[in-house]
Amino acid sequence: MSSTTPEFAAAAAAAEGVKRAKRGVPEGLWQRCPGCQAVIFRKQAEELLSVCPECEHHWYVSATDRIEQVLDSGTFEEWDGELMPTDPLQFADKKAYAERLVAEQKRTGLRDAALTGCGMIRARRVAIGVTDSAFIMGSMGSVVGERLARLIERAADQNLPLIVISGSGGGARMHEGILSLMQMAKVTAALARYHEMGGLFISVLTNPTMGGVAASFASLGDLIFAEPKALIGFAGPRTIKATIRIELPDGFQTSEFLLEHGFVDRIVPRSRLKSEIARAIDYCGK
Amino acid sequence: MAARIYLGFEEPIERLEKQLQDLEAKKDDSVETQEEIRSLKREIADKTKSIYENLSAWQTVEVARHQQRPQSADYLNLVFDEFVELHGDRKFGDDRALRTGFAKLDAFKVMFLGHFKGRNLKERSECYFGCAHPEGYRKAISKMQLAEKYQIPVIAFIDTPGAYPGVGAEERGQAMAVADAMFAMSRLRTPVVCVVIGEGGSGGALGIGVGDRVAMLQHSYYSVISPEGCAGILWKSHQFKEQAADALRFTSKYLPKFGVVDDVIEEPLGGAHRDHRQMAARLKMYLLKTLKELNGVEADNLVQQRYDKFRRMGEFLEREVTQTEATA
Ligand SMILES: [Zn+2]
Repeated sequence: MSSTTPEFAAAAAAAEGVKRAKRGVPEGLWQRCPGCQAVIFRKQAEELLSVCPECEHHWYVSATDRIEQVLDSGTFEEWDGELMPTDPLQFADKKAYAERLVAEQKRTGLRDAALTGCGMIRARRVAIGVTDSAFIMGSMGSVVGERLARLIERAADQNLPLIVISGSGGGARMHEGILSLMQMAKVTAALARYHEMGGLFISVLTNPTMGGVAASFASLGDLIFAEPKALIGFAGPRTIKATIRIELPDGFQTSEFLLEHGFVDRIVPRSRLKSEIARAIDYCGK
Repeated sequence: MAARIYLGFEEPIERLEKQLQDLEAKKDDSVETQEEIRSLKREIADKTKSIYENLSAWQTVEVARHQQRPQSADYLNLVFDEFVELHGDRKFGDDRALRTGFAKLDAFKVMFLGHFKGRNLKERSECYFGCAHPEGYRKAISKMQLAEKYQIPVIAFIDTPGAYPGVGAEERGQAMAVADAMFAMSRLRTPVVCVVIGEGGSGGALGIGVGDRVAMLQHSYYSVISPEGCAGILWKSHQFKEQAADALRFTSKYLPKFGVVDDVIEEPLGGAHRDHRQMAARLKMYLLKTLKELNGVEADNLVQQRYDKFRRMGEFLEREVTQTEATA
């Protein structure tokens, strides 16, 4: 029982997710779609915002590309980009966390798993945060928590609508121990305060959104959108299988499953994400 | 109480206590035997002290999960004068892993929330080994809001391996239930005191863990993930649970330094399982002292201070932007 915590599950699920949708559109002219196995011309997929033209499988997109896709061109202004992760536990498994961070930073070009800032969506100013599932599985440590908390506080101060696009298989980041867990409470508290002040929060769930990220900010939107067929849940499918020892139903923990059970407002294909966000902001008068 | 169960590392204590029992069974009043008994008792105390002062992280987990460790049910008997259980989340069901109700603590009327693990197999399976479903967290939210309405302080006892991982839990929104509970708790306009009494297992613990004061018993642990889970992911095998337990720094030795736990409540010599009454007395003293401190703090200040406390958590570097970068 105790060996199968949600976070274990989340990580296992992420590992599965990564196998299914590897790092978006890699270098090279052609790419095999993890959804339908078709070999797709890379440029064509890029034009479709990294969605497979054959099966509409939504591939991974980096935080930087995501911001490019959602905001009006050239309007992104990064906030708190100077925040750097540290190693409060002096954590080491097979590899030291400090080394892992450097390697991940080099590989992804990010300092940590979140980008935050402000920009325009169809000429509406918004505060926006994106987590990148490629950086230690998009897990939330102190930097992700701090950037999101500051983002939310600034959105409150400046009376801006808040958009957070989540992609995290890792949930709370193990390598920063209890401090990662506490980021869930910290970001949640910032959202509760923002909510009391009347702020509009649109949470967008992408593949995968699991564990401590799902169990905090990602689930707290006034509106919750999900990309089609994303894996979303608390405990990962492997953990659940190991705990209850039955086969899981088809489509378990997909966006469609969440919609059916009443936890998602709309499933929004990537091609319509920007316009749907703009429309929701209009409806809420923000 | 049933015969004492010894953990592997308590073997030296077990041996000495067996000797003592044999000696006492002789019913020999001679000066020599009486002196031997006294000396053996001293030896047991010294041995217990030296073992418990140097528990490894993994041994702490074993103590926190000890079958005879006092649980919420025991503390309700030993600490509180009355418990009036309030069942159900008014939406789906009545979770048995997370129970709520009015309780009396000397002059204080409080709302009690606590994980229940159960003792025997029947009880344990009834409450899913202390793993709450979404309806547990939703019940906690509704009872906390009731407490807020009537200005009753909330006391939450945390003792869970984690929120339940299952099909039904996912179908009913486990992630959202935990998030909503933290969300509600962070703005609650009445005092909230949380105590980790055994296992503080990740989100399932934090779901009732957003308090004005967060305390832990000396040999409990509070972690982002179980040592077995962490070992499975990062070391690729549960065999490395002891290394993972060390690496996660989740014992009472570290958590106050991280600013996550405000107070550590000392356990009786050899752990809470050796002396429920003494543990309960210390816990009661802590709760009364803390409620007195929080009683009368204006609600706006309470919420602000709670916000500031969690807002400070986390460690990161904030690199100064140099002149050349700023103008680049
Ligand atoms: Zn495809």
